[in-house]
Amino acid sequence: MRRIISILMENEPGALSRVIGLFSQRGYNIDSLSVAPTEDSTLSRLTLTTYGDDLKIEQITKHLNKLIEVVKLVDLTEGAHIERELMLIKVKATGAQRAEVKRSVDIFRGQIVDVTSTVYTIQLTGASDKLDAFIGAIGEAQVLEVVRSGVSGIARGEKVLSL
Amino acid sequence: MEMLSGAEMVVRALQDEGVEYIFGYPGGSVLHIYDALFQQDKVNHILVRHEQAATHAADGYARATGKPGVVMVTSGPGATNAITGLATAFMDSIPMIVLSGQVRSDWIGDDAFQETDMIGVSRPVVKHSFMVRDAKDIPEIMKKAFYIATTGRPGPVLVDIPKDQTAPNVKNPYEYPKKVKMRSYAPVSRGHSGQIRKAVEELMKAKRPVIYAGGGVVQGEGSELLTQLAHRLNFPVTNTLMGLGCFPGTDKQNVGMLGMHGTYEANMTMHNSDVILAVGARLDDRVTNNVKKFCPGAKIIHIDIDPATISKNVMAHIPIVGPVHQVLEEMLAALDEHGGEPDQKALERWWEEIEGWRKIHGMRYEVNKDGPMKPQQVVEALYKATNGDAYVTSDVGQHQMFAAQYYKYDKPRRWINSGGLGTMGFGLPAAMGVQFAFPDATVACVTGEGSIQMNIQELSTCLQYGLPVKIININNQALGMVRQWQDMQYGGRHSQSYMESLPDFVALAEAYGHVGMKVTRFEDLQGAMDEAFALKDRLVFMDIYVDPTEHVYPMQIADGSMRDMWLSKTERT
Repeated sequence: MRRIISILMENEPGALSRVIGLFSQRGYNIDSLSVAPTEDSTLSRLTLTTYGDDLKIEQITKHLNKLIEVVKLVDLTEGAHIERELMLIKVKATGAQRAEVKRSVDIFRGQIVDVTSTVYTIQLTGASDKLDAFIGAIGEAQVLEVVRSGVSGIARGEKVLSL
Repeated sequence: MEMLSGAEMVVRALQDEGVEYIFGYPGGSVLHIYDALFQQDKVNHILVRHEQAATHAADGYARATGKPGVVMVTSGPGATNAITGLATAFMDSIPMIVLSGQVRSDWIGDDAFQETDMIGVSRPVVKHSFMVRDAKDIPEIMKKAFYIATTGRPGPVLVDIPKDQTAPNVKNPYEYPKKVKMRSYAPVSRGHSGQIRKAVEELMKAKRPVIYAGGGVVQGEGSELLTQLAHRLNFPVTNTLMGLGCFPGTDKQNVGMLGMHGTYEANMTMHNSDVILAVGARLDDRVTNNVKKFCPGAKIIHIDIDPATISKNVMAHIPIVGPVHQVLEEMLAALDEHGGEPDQKALERWWEEIEGWRKIHGMRYEVNKDGPMKPQQVVEALYKATNGDAYVTSDVGQHQMFAAQYYKYDKPRRWINSGGLGTMGFGLPAAMGVQFAFPDATVACVTGEGSIQMNIQELSTCLQYGLPVKIININNQALGMVRQWQDMQYGGRHSQSYMESLPDFVALAEAYGHVGMKVTRFEDLQGAMDEAFALKDRLVFMDIYVDPTEHVYPMQIADGSMRDMWLSKTERT
């Protein structure tokens, strides 16, 4: 099962490599990763997606919690949550395709952020499966380049991951 | 406030931590620190002959005393030589501080002379690591390093110190912190009382219970309480390789070591139990055999300080996360409160069954009449010569298993071996560390002709510091454990497990300034052993030739359950 684990950790050199190292060292996979400082500059928020059954995820979270720089963490997929990913995608846009691509962008509520006579650069946000669906709709043959930010997530309601 | 250089701060912090010994080897990046060491006399530096030995010596010191072992190495090769020792300590949860020199800050990343990314290289084998980026931080980093290494589940901590941060001409105010506050590190200080009460209920209901005690009981100073608990309940106790000594080896309730080379009765007791009280043990693969077939009828109560150890390999029914000492104390109190007694009738039957197992297949080996002596006989002679009261360190292989099986450890911290990582070359330097900690104690290093050669250069260190370690070299002219597996699983094809051109160990010991003894006949064994241990102030290297064809039994059959064992070359369960 896919999980989104969100980690609050010390914003210190080396902290990130410990998190990443843990995954390779213990044979876990990281599917996507995004990390940036929070409103408190001493803390970073790291969100990663991984796959595993309950036992494996329990081990992952226990081991993450053992890392000295990890302050707190939550498995967002355990409760209601909002998941977003940003994608920048360059697609071929010539002839009849220009209008077709534009329509798909509108349907997926994306934005065309840069244009040339043959190429559209599109920005799209949403859950990862929505971004996958957009690539599917455009058709892989049309895609020139894809950049995805990795998943960010936050719990719904009053639940907060903070100190 | 006092103004000190970074180098002086490092040394002062060691003094403030009460460090008696630091094991190390100098080199370019740590010269400032060595100069500061020279100008004081509180911290004694021990000069080893190879950095790996420094880590094992500090490790042996830590295992024997419970205090953290401290190491200093230079950057690059000095640091990487310490990796095996870090990994050894990490696997066995040993508190250790390794101070590694680093090239000056502005050269880091430039592939400077003797530069290695030590933080990166050591990452998977340390509990934590620090890089000194500003000399002002040294007191706080040192305090944190000792705190992290010695609290919670102990482990090694690395402090990487670029040379410029120790420069003698840059002085900063020094004040050693009294307390550490880390928002992201709070080791568990108490087990859950509700879980402890639940565990007591379960123990009271048990008809075929067993206490399975590991290295955590030794490390967590829980031996006395565990012994009290076991005596009070009259439950059988089995020890892991790491836990030997945490319950007296000669106690009649002790069914011996369990696992791959555990006793028949210990493995049978585990397999047939209905309640297992696992204390400070991690149910690792050398104990469980195939986890799917592990103790099918047992409810598992698992006490450990590390939550990640619980239900990692085998699901625990009643997990208790907490310090062994505190949890056992509360468990004893909860027993009082409960007021009940275990089912005596059931226990009586259980003990009868266990005694039956002990009788049929208790530890035994065949003695060669007129043939070469057996390695087991050597360990038994050692036990006799030392009245069972020595500190015994070991290397890794058959001799390690024989020393675990045939020497009865009655006290914790007496049996010192690399159980988790299985590091050959550990024994001699570890024995040095123990001898420094207890100069008047009898320290024996049980080793083999393979392992001893991995750190033999430390004979020189032993001479320099007058360490009267007794080396019991069980010489079977082969890498015994490798050869045993080749006999059992590779059709007797002894690929690279034979040692040709062994040195004359007696002459070698003498060349290093020690006493060498060679024993080839069983008739001479006990006499020679007694003679060696009578030489109180000399290191004696006993080169003892044994039967090269001997195997370690019992031996669990791979992929089976705990009760599936080879009991000798021809008998299996």
